[in-house]
Amino acid sequence: MSPQEDNRVPPGTGATTPPTRRQARQSDRKDEVRTEKAAETADGALPPPAAAAPEPETASQTLLQRIMTGNALVAFLSVVLSLILGGLLIAVTDPAVGRASSYFFTRPQDTLGAAWSAASNAYIALFQGSVINVRGTSFTSVIYPLTQTLTVATPLICAGLGVALAFRAGLFNIGAQGQILIGATFAAWVGFTLHLPAGLHLLLVVLAGMVGGAIWAGLVGLLKARTGAHEVILTIMFNYIATNLVLYFLSTSAFQRPGSTNPISPQLDGTAVYPLLLGPAFRLHWGFVVAVVATVFVWWLLNRSTIGFELRAVGANASAARTAGISVSKGYILAMAIAGALAGLAGVAQVSGTEKVLTSGVAASFGFDAITVALLGRSSPWGTFAAGILFGAFRAGGVTMQASTGTSIDIVLVVQSLIVLFIAAPPLVRALFRLPVPGAVGKGSTTPRTPASTGAAA
Amino acid sequence: MKLELIGITKRFGSLVANDHIDLVVEPGQVHSLLGENGAGKSTLMNVLYGLYDPSEGEIRVDDEPVVFKGPADAMAAGIGMVHQHFMLVPVFTVAENVALGNETTKAGGLLNLARTRERIREISDQYGFAVDPDAVVEDLPVGVQQRVEIIKALVRDAEVLILDEPTAVLTPRETDELLGIMGQLTADGKSIVFISHKLREVKAVSDVITVIRRGKVVGTAEPSASTTELASLMVGRSVSLTLDKAPATPGEASFRVRDLVVQAANGQRVVDGLSFDVSQGEILAVAGVQGNGQTELTEAILGLQDHVSGSITLDGVELVGRSVKDIIRAGVGFVPEDRSVEGLVGSFTVAENLVLNRYDDAAFARGLSMSPAAIRKNAEEKIEEFDIRTQSASSAAGTLSGGNQQKVVMARELSRPLKLFIASQPTRGVDVGSIEFLHRRIVAERDGGTPVIIVSTELDEVLELADRIAVLYRGRFMGIVPGTVSRDVLGLMMAGMPADEALAQAHDVQGGDL
Repeated sequence: MSPQEDNRVPPGTGATTPPTRRQARQSDRKDEVRTEKAAETADGALPPPAAAAPEPETASQTLLQRIMTGNALVAFLSVVLSLILGGLLIAVTDPAVGRASSYFFTRPQDTLGAAWSAASNAYIALFQGSVINVRGTSFTSVIYPLTQTLTVATPLICAGLGVALAFRAGLFNIGAQGQILIGATFAAWVGFTLHLPAGLHLLLVVLAGMVGGAIWAGLVGLLKARTGAHEVILTIMFNYIATNLVLYFLSTSAFQRPGSTNPISPQLDGTAVYPLLLGPAFRLHWGFVVAVVATVFVWWLLNRSTIGFELRAVGANASAARTAGISVSKGYILAMAIAGALAGLAGVAQVSGTEKVLTSGVAASFGFDAITVALLGRSSPWGTFAAGILFGAFRAGGVTMQASTGTSIDIVLVVQSLIVLFIAAPPLVRALFRLPVPGAVGKGSTTPRTPASTGAAA
Repeated sequence: MKLELIGITKRFGSLVANDHIDLVVEPGQVHSLLGENGAGKSTLMNVLYGLYDPSEGEIRVDDEPVVFKGPADAMAAGIGMVHQHFMLVPVFTVAENVALGNETTKAGGLLNLARTRERIREISDQYGFAVDPDAVVEDLPVGVQQRVEIIKALVRDAEVLILDEPTAVLTPRETDELLGIMGQLTADGKSIVFISHKLREVKAVSDVITVIRRGKVVGTAEPSASTTELASLMVGRSVSLTLDKAPATPGEASFRVRDLVVQAANGQRVVDGLSFDVSQGEILAVAGVQGNGQTELTEAILGLQDHVSGSITLDGVELVGRSVKDIIRAGVGFVPEDRSVEGLVGSFTVAENLVLNRYDDAAFARGLSMSPAAIRKNAEEKIEEFDIRTQSASSAAGTLSGGNQQKVVMARELSRPLKLFIASQPTRGVDVGSIEFLHRRIVAERDGGTPVIIVSTELDEVLELADRIAVLYRGRFMGIVPGTVSRDVLGLMMAGMPADEALAQAHDVQGGDL
């Protein structure tokens, strides 16, 4: 630790930067070193408190906390930077650019022109594949890409909410992948085994998916609360177990199609799938509405309910929560169970929405992308919702991009990874854009009232 | 070495932390900087130590202007700093810590600690530090760790030593030892900048006292000035340092502890068979050096400890074995010893912290749904009543000063009907102005008929508040004595002498001086 550098950063609040959450984080961070070196004011509003030496675990948790709840501007700029770098990568790997660069010193404009057109064409294709197809002949074909984006975003949002909610309770839930798989398995089994009237059947399918995910994640919460095992290790291992468990199920007759030994389940009943939202021309289904409802619910849960108050208190300061009579063990179990239920919804969106069968690949990589989505959304419900849609757009648009310009869809993966990289390194983004260090700006005496953290979290 | 600060100004944006501060430290002097928390003392010292660039002004060493780009420059110029929180690597030995950042190596890049050990022995002998260069730092008592910090500075030939709140972590005896060491150092021609808000120590040790308030020098004082004068200068208004408190009128002994034993995870009995009563309308102070079972005792009462046997009853109801929530609901108000760790959630708003253990009360929540309006209204009332200085009820509690954070915790605990009030270190790190206020609130709670337990390592506080004093030593009470007992008796009891012996000995030595 370099006390010198850390101490050079005075805490305080930006004159024009109201979010109190940021100040709080800043002060959390400074607790690692020594807060009292900070600017001292006479009006008693500052500086942040001195804190005792942190427990060993606190340092890493504070770092995670900083990464998971970073500021919105940094998140936005990270996306911009990643797109720029992605564009460079597209240009460099483009064959036309390669040909033009062989005579770069004679006619450099050829290389630059080729690079520009490669990158811009790829991104135009990405946009057209994810938002609006301007060359579409009918209204349906114009907005089709947007509905594709929302369809792909649905599981991302649900699972992302799970990761975000667990994080707010201080748990780094890497296990969305496994929770989606188990949720999907439960949902699918109810979907193709039971034959029930429309409405009731779908309701049961949704509930089964949520219960599956909740059990899978709740077990992690239980183990952590009872034995102190670390949730990161637990969730990673539970992912492996879930993957292989689903493979095993698909090798049993209960999950296979009659007369077949392929690892694929029977089709779900028509009564067990989400109805299409915009008619047969689009793949968008009612699962998206469920995702919106889930977002509203998580917002309410975190910011307006006593359960959310408990979970946030446990996540932000478990010792203080315990001293205030809040059960930390119960908080861990509950947070994981709710997170799992949300991931389970993502599983339902897959089996009842798009795939309509259970396979071992039903979760694709949604569970891992969900971590990125929650990260980009700063663990807030609506941030996660927006990030989910952005990543949905990347996935939906990437396909079009590859088809129409030959740019590899892997470039989307690179951009996604770069986003995470930049979000995890806010000082880099700030340095590149010459943003002030948070708190370096002095505290204005006329600073407007800051929004409550309850509100700011949304 | 003569050190001068001329017109030092440090701004953070629009905030002026230091406003044209002039300071001259003559060789062989102890120059005290007195000021409340947040007055700008630490900022000034960080400027001097090269951690901050001054916005204006200059630093002169022996009349030569100098610019410090970092602590390395300051150290090279002969300035050493002992931080309030030590900058030591706990698992390293003393010699390794002292060498750190200044290592000499043998051939092949091997560390050469022999020279460092020798220097440590020299310095240790010269000043009577009694520090073993091969001891591992984490095994040493706090007072000795502080000496290691001082040795670190002396090894680098520091002529000016900055001691930032050095006594905050020390026992009364260690404090006396430190004050002795400071005398030796100045006799040797070193000068010391002593930062503190404890008036008694400042008066005892200083040659010159400079008082800082709101970033400005508001005056200098002679060590002969009375504590009341110094306190008034520091706070900017007259403060009463002695608490006006009527004699206690104890009622029924409604809180009873019998044979309480708390075991640590390693099986050690950290609280070892305590039995005592606290009556309604009485303050029992638990004194003792930190780490003698105070934390475990208070946590056991609140239900935070796992291995508890014996009995704790409040109004005849057994508390042992019940959940923290039940005990809070039974009317136990609890101010934990470390507010930023156990008392507050730093990232939560002041309003949320004010209902941290009552968020699900009918007043603030209907079923699962909380009422932000009620929580906000409650916050505005408490901010007014307890004079909590915050930008708004929705500021994060972590941005408040220590004193105001403590007021948030006190406001939360005192704003419901209590059957028992426990406060650990109720004024630790709190400025003089707020101490007075917090003490009055505690006495008011007593006068309202609540049994009160105060745990404090500060003798001043214990003597000021207590109606009776229990001294804890290694998990046992050395006795429960009246609140009027002398400092010496308490000092002996804190060192492990039973009350009757301590009373007899203090009587012999001091002639019964109270």
